[in-house]
Parts: sequence; structure tokens; C-alpha cells
Amino acid sequence: MSTVFIPSVLRPNVGGAKSLDIQGGSIRAVVDGLIEQHPNLKGQLLTDDGDLNRFVNVYVNGQDVRYLAGLDTPVASADEVRLLPAMAGGAGV
Amino acid sequence: MPKSYADLLREAREQIREVTVQDVADLPPGSAAIVDVREASEWEQGHVPGASHVSKSYIEQQIEGIAPDRDQPVVLYCAGGVRSLFAAQTLTDMGYTDVVSVKGGFQAWKGAGFEFDTPVVLSADQKQRYSRHLLIPEVGSEGQARLLGSKALLIGAGGLGSPAALYLAAAGVGTIGLVDFDVVDVSNLQRQIIHTTDRVGERKVESAKIAINALNPEIKVVAHEEMLVAANVERIIAGYDVILDGTDTFETRYILNDAAVAAGIPVIHASVFRFEGQLTTFVPYEGPCYRCLYPTPPPPELAPGCSVAGVLGVVPGILGLLQTNEALKVLLGIGTTLAGRLLLFDALETEFTELQLRRDPHCPVCSDEAVAARAEGRPLATANVGEDAPFLLTTTGLSGNVSPGARA
Repeated sequence: MSTVFIPSVLRPNVGGAKSLDIQGGSIRAVVDGLIEQHPNLKGQLLTDDGDLNRFVNVYVNGQDVRYLAGLDTPVASADEVRLLPAMAGGAGV
Repeated sequence: MPKSYADLLREAREQIREVTVQDVADLPPGSAAIVDVREASEWEQGHVPGASHVSKSYIEQQIEGIAPDRDQPVVLYCAGGVRSLFAAQTLTDMGYTDVVSVKGGFQAWKGAGFEFDTPVVLSADQKQRYSRHLLIPEVGSEGQARLLGSKALLIGAGGLGSPAALYLAAAGVGTIGLVDFDVVDVSNLQRQIIHTTDRVGERKVESAKIAINALNPEIKVVAHEEMLVAANVERIIAGYDVILDGTDTFETRYILNDAAVAAGIPVIHASVFRFEGQLTTFVPYEGPCYRCLYPTPPPPELAPGCSVAGVLGVVPGILGLLQTNEALKVLLGIGTTLAGRLLLFDALETEFTELQLRRDPHCPVCSDEAVAARAEGRPLATANVGEDAPFLLTTTGLSGNVSPGARA
């Protein structure tokens, strides 16, 4: 079971949970597991072609999976997976 | 048995090896710690380039800050070569194994025609105001002079920019540029502490200027009362040493990123959302840029601004101060910045998390290919940017040049 940290903006899609424990040996399996539990995450995480959306970064133990093996990046149990979209706010207005 | 000065000097000469000014000039840079042991007033008249200053009366207390390794070569000099001999004896007593004294001291150095640096001398008022900085070896009067001569640009005089502007001013960063076209609204005051209730309705750059100069009258405030856009970004950021990004739109952020990479100016980035913040330092070509981190902006529903989503007032305060800390390090050239690291802050948990960032080898703005293209005046490759990037056409860095028509 790896722990997936959900950013604030996506929490309404997962019932407010800050993190979820998801089974899966790769990022693809973890993302599929997430979407299976919370189908409305699909459009946020994946493109129509099934690739990771470029505006959401995915990190495994602090490393960006884009520079590992993308969706094929292996995930071991006890690994920390973090979803991270860009934030807008500069608290300017 | 009592000893005369002559006895002490003879003993010191027997114990300490002396070198010539030519030997010092021939030292490979960084191969030895060169320490000037004269008084501050003498140091201010000029010193050997690259030397550190510790007056002889503080040598025991301060040498470890300059030469922590007892086996590191240490070269001491004074005005004529006597005080440095005695100081070298002290260091030898402290266990330093490779200490030499410069024969003839600084007089011989100047006499031989070698170049010397004349440090910036702080005024009595400045010495008092910045005394806590001057006490820190990593800052000192040289660092303080550097801050006084530095220029920092704040994009936004809002939640992040408020604490940043105040602390940069307090620290003596000589020129602070503010880019903001907004006016102070009463709803800003929950977090934008540079503004005040009686200045509601005033232009933010003017309100911020009042606060900055009330804190430190010697700071030059440059007000850029305009929206940062592709047509003016190059002009606005020109000449600044560091930029603090406190914008709240992605368009501005990409425009700023692309222009700052092209101009080689570090950008300290922070953004906030409710109880959370993100922070990193983009140092062009040393670490990733904003496009490496986020190649495309998220759809609006995934990244609402503070005016929609709200923010706990202290979150931009904390992030703005962390930005300022990064900026001061960049300006002073000390410490390790967040280049290549993204710091996440969660105020509810009081938790910091660090993620590793990398330069995207295919980045349209900062990749080696982009650098080469910019140098050769070729258009940058945009194939990798993706058609979903809405700010493609507004980016200075992508074309390497702003088209003449776009110049403000």
C-alpha cells in the first residue's frame, strides 16, 4: 500500500481526504486505483490518450516521475506518492 | 625573566615563517586564507584582494569563522609585518599548522605596485542601523555594502510582496522595485501588512513606498505601476539582481519566467492556496525554470486564485519571508538556495515537504538547445511546448527577442 497525498484543490474530488492508501506496483496502477475509487479524478490526472496531464506533477518519494519512467515508474509499498498541480495564488488581490 | 619587545620580536621571527608579497601574489586563488589583521580604519583604506579582515585584537575569537580547518594554509599580513608575526604565533598556539606572515605587510604590497581593493565604507548611521548584520561574518560590511548596492524587484505588492518588501528594506537592499497596478482594498489588509487602513483606496505602489521609507529612508523605491505583460517585461526587469514573484496569474508567471531566463536573473517563486504554499528559487541554467516545473498551466478550476479560494493571512506572510531569505542569499552569494528543490508548506500541519526538481532537457526556454538558439539568434524550438500552452505567443524567451512592435 503506498500513500497518495492529495492536494487541496483535488480534495473535494476524493471526499476531502488528505491522503489515500492505494495498492499498485507502478504509478499507472496507483493512478488507475485512484480513478477507480474516485472516477471524477480522471479528467484532472489523465489526458484523453491516457497520459499524465502536464499540469499535474506526480512525485514518488520526492522525485518527479517525468524524469523517472513516467506512468511506468515502479512504486513500492510504503512509498509516498504526491500529486501536485501548480498554484495560482500570490495573495495579490 | 622579563622580555623586551625586541626579544619577543626575535622569538616570533624564529618561530614563524615569513613570505614575500610576491609569494602572496603568486598564490593560486583560494589556496590559502589571507587575513588582514590591521585595525578596521586601516582596512578601510585598502586591502589585498580576496583577503578577510580580523583585527589582531579579535584574532582568537574570529579566526575559526574564516579558517575552520587547522591544517589549512593561513597567510597573515598587517601594515609592516610585525603585528602579523605576533598574530601568527597566536594561531600556532591554537593549533594552526601552516601559518605564515607577510614580510613588509600591506606597505610592501602597495610599494610593489600590486592591485588592492578599497572596501565600501559604511556611514556611522549605517554601521548603527545594520550592526546586527555587520556582526555576522557571512555578511559583514562587505555584504552589507553589497545589499545596499543591490536591486530587488517585487512582482506584486500584495500578500507575498508585503513582508518581502518590508524585510528587504530593513535589510538595506538599496533599490526595491514594485510592480503593481492595483489600489489598496480593505479586504487586502488581512494579509498585506505593508498597507494600512488609512491608505485604503491609494495606489499599492505608493502605499508600499510610504511604509518602506518609514522603515528605512535610504531605500530607493521604484514604482512600476503597470501590469507585467510581454510588451514591457524586458524593460521592467532590466538591471535588477533578483526578482521575487508574487503574482497571481499564470500568464504573468510564464512571461516573467521566460524573460528572466533570457536575462539571466534569478526568480524566487512562491504561490499560496488557503493553508498551503509552494516555494522555489529559479536560477537560470543552474536549476530548472518555471516551465521545467510546470510545462503548462492548469485549467482554472484546478488553480483558483486567493480572491476565489481564500488564504490564511499568515501563509503568504511565511512564504514571503522565505522568499526574502532566498533573495538575501542570492544577493550575498552565501548559503544554498532552493534551486532544484520545491518546498511545500502546510500551515494546518505545520509541515514542510521538499521535492526534487530537475531541468527539463527539452525545456523550450532554458534547455541547452534553447541557450544555443538564443545565443545564435535562432528562434527557440517550440515543438515540445504543446498546443495546450496558452501563453506560447506571449513569451519573450521563446523567440529570444521581443518583436519591435511588442516593445512598450
